Amino acid sequence: MNNLKSRLAKEKRFRLYGVASITLALFLLSLLFVSIFSQGYTAFQETKIQLNINFSEEILDPNKTKDWEIIKKSNFSLLVKNSVNELFPNVSGRSNKRKLKKIISSSAEYQLRDYVKNNINTIGKSKKIWVLADDDVDMLIKGHINRILPEDERRIDNEELKWIEFLESKNLIDKFFNKTFFTSGDSSESEQSGILGAFIGSLFALSITLILSFPIGIATAIYMEEFAPKNNKLIDFVEVNINNLAAVPSIIFGLLGLAIFLNFFELPRSAPLVGGMVLSLMTLPTIIISSRVSLKSVPPSIKEGALGVGASKIQAVFHHVVPVAMPGILTGTIIGMARALGESAPLLVIGMVAFIVDIPQSVTDPATALPIQIYLWSDTPERGFVERTSAAIMVLLVFLIFMNSLAVYLRKKFEKDIG
Amino acid sequence: MNNDDLIKETEFQINNSETVGNIHVEDPRIIVKNINVRYGEKLAINNVSIDIGKNEVLAMIGPSGCGKSTFLRCLNRMNDTIESCVVDGELYLDNENILDEKTDVVPLRAKVGMVFQKPNPFPKSIYENVAYGPKIHGLAKNKIELDEIVFNSLEKAGLFNEVKDRLDAPGTSLSGGQQQRLCIARTIAVSPEVILMDEPCSALDPIATAKVEELIYELKENFTIVIVTHAMQQAARVSQRTAYFHLGNLVEVGPTQKIFTTPQHKLTESYITGRFG
Ligand SMILES: Nc1ncnc2c1ncn2[C@@H]1O[C@H](COP(=O)(O)OP(=O)(O)O)[C@@H](O)[C@H]1O
Ligand SMILES: [Mg+2]
Repeated sequence: MNNLKSRLAKEKRFRLYGVASITLALFLLSLLFVSIFSQGYTAFQETKIQLNINFSEEILDPNKTKDWEIIKKSNFSLLVKNSVNELFPNVSGRSNKRKLKKIISSSAEYQLRDYVKNNINTIGKSKKIWVLADDDVDMLIKGHINRILPEDERRIDNEELKWIEFLESKNLIDKFFNKTFFTSGDSSESEQSGILGAFIGSLFALSITLILSFPIGIATAIYMEEFAPKNNKLIDFVEVNINNLAAVPSIIFGLLGLAIFLNFFELPRSAPLVGGMVLSLMTLPTIIISSRVSLKSVPPSIKEGALGVGASKIQAVFHHVVPVAMPGILTGTIIGMARALGESAPLLVIGMVAFIVDIPQSVTDPATALPIQIYLWSDTPERGFVERTSAAIMVLLVFLIFMNSLAVYLRKKFEKDIG
Repeated sequence: MNNDDLIKETEFQINNSETVGNIHVEDPRIIVKNINVRYGEKLAINNVSIDIGKNEVLAMIGPSGCGKSTFLRCLNRMNDTIESCVVDGELYLDNENILDEKTDVVPLRAKVGMVFQKPNPFPKSIYENVAYGPKIHGLAKNKIELDEIVFNSLEKAGLFNEVKDRLDAPGTSLSGGQQQRLCIARTIAVSPEVILMDEPCSALDPIATAKVEELIYELKENFTIVIVTHAMQQAARVSQRTAYFHLGNLVEVGPTQKIFTTPQHKLTESYITGRFG
């Protein structure tokens, strides 16, 4: 009687511990998400100012050539300056006018340049165009700079504040969805910086990793599990080494990549190609080990059945064993890839940490990767980069969640296919 | 006789092993000559010789661990898959020594099919299970021929009516007895000459067992069948000849009737009367 009571109490206690630890884990996880999200959600908006731009023929094309090659050399910055001055006719003096123009992001002139390139006929006309505001203005509009603070404690002085409030009163300043963040590379100006460069860099590196490590990993696992002689010293040695490699700190793989791929084979520095190769060194052991486990778990009776109707060993393995093991193999691969996505140390070593403005066009172009971009931005004190750091973390998490859901989906699909 | 005596006698008999009864048949399909099988150091089959006739059902009985499965697996070289297993001796199928290194096991295993102890359908559809063998051996030129082979095999295995509406369902969704008959259909789909069955009913309930036994009885019209069983009634019901194995020796072989009514060898008698299990 007593016995039963104490056993039940024990079970109840055990369940309680389990629930408590899961609750704690969920609490910490949601804390993480809440803090990242609350820091970062404003990064998905950007502040723009509407300017009435006069695409004056005098400035752009005084000789009426209509030739882009000539027009593109014009002073587009002047267009911005004229337009701002027109908006605030009372501002006088060179230094004040320069300060006034500073509320507009320096990207405005490039935006106008692109606009003229695509609409040559707009020369000689006027047009209302939304251009990016400077990052300090952006911060003020998003409420990260407190307007009530004494002037010397905020980055926007009273005069600038007056201008911005004037723009607000005329509805000439507003927040938009932050397209810049998703369509541009890194920049020294936070309002012009984006995640796309790092995202593409990661995508390229991961593609290389997948292309290299998936076939090699599976082939190795299949050979070792199904074809290699058992109780062979060499095979045992290889197996021990693969298991060891899985535990080697990733920075060592980076150093290996530096020594072999860069210094010996002289492959390009900072390139996703080399990054992917280094990451595949790291993911290979994971893929091999998880593939072997899932091959091993296929009941041998299935293979025997195939051999029994006269299938060759290769047929038995590839027609029957591998398909059954596939869900497990894919899960292992995607877990390995997800780890590679979050990895930064080996990429630092091979130089994928440079400040790169251009979006990489191929796997040999210099690039960074998502976790490195996060690291770089987090190292920058400006408020505009703080929110972008959080936003980049969100992008990385979404990418990870996507990959893991893909793993679940593929596993379900394969399991259904084989019944 | 008490147990100790029995064991002593067993050892004596085994060291002087000579099979009792006539191991030869008039029209043999398989001739086994002096087969020895070792797992590493351990001798599992000791100098066994026997003929297996055309269109007969040969039952192999004996206490567990006596080497019935090992012997059966020699007949289609399934023992090749076990690394430590070494087979020597001669084994003729249609005048070809199949133990020869040069013999290709792929056509051999199509000729000598195998049904396993536990039903092991492929984790694919019922149709695919049966179609797999013909496909890899190129037995059908097109889908129509393949359909015909599959339907015929299912028919012969007595399964067609039960599964004709759900050929796309996974083979593993069938009941145990149906799965075993599916495995038999899979085996006969490649038109073997010999079918080996290793305790095909040991995982089945009595009703499913009865169905499979009935099927074996019908199959003997077209195939040579070697069946391992530990159920003596089953051997008595389905087979014409019975071979009794003991500790790797073929102790006695003879017409089933005779083995069960008037066994010649003491060990056979002890087994029949239930003294070892
Ligand atoms: N894969 C194997 N490795 C080593 N020994 C084995 C193996 N398979 C069977 N044996 C041994 O060979 C003997 C005969 O086994 P088996 O043929 O399976 O007997 P049965 O089918 O009559 O029960 C047994 O002693 C068993 O332990
Ligand atoms: Mg057995």
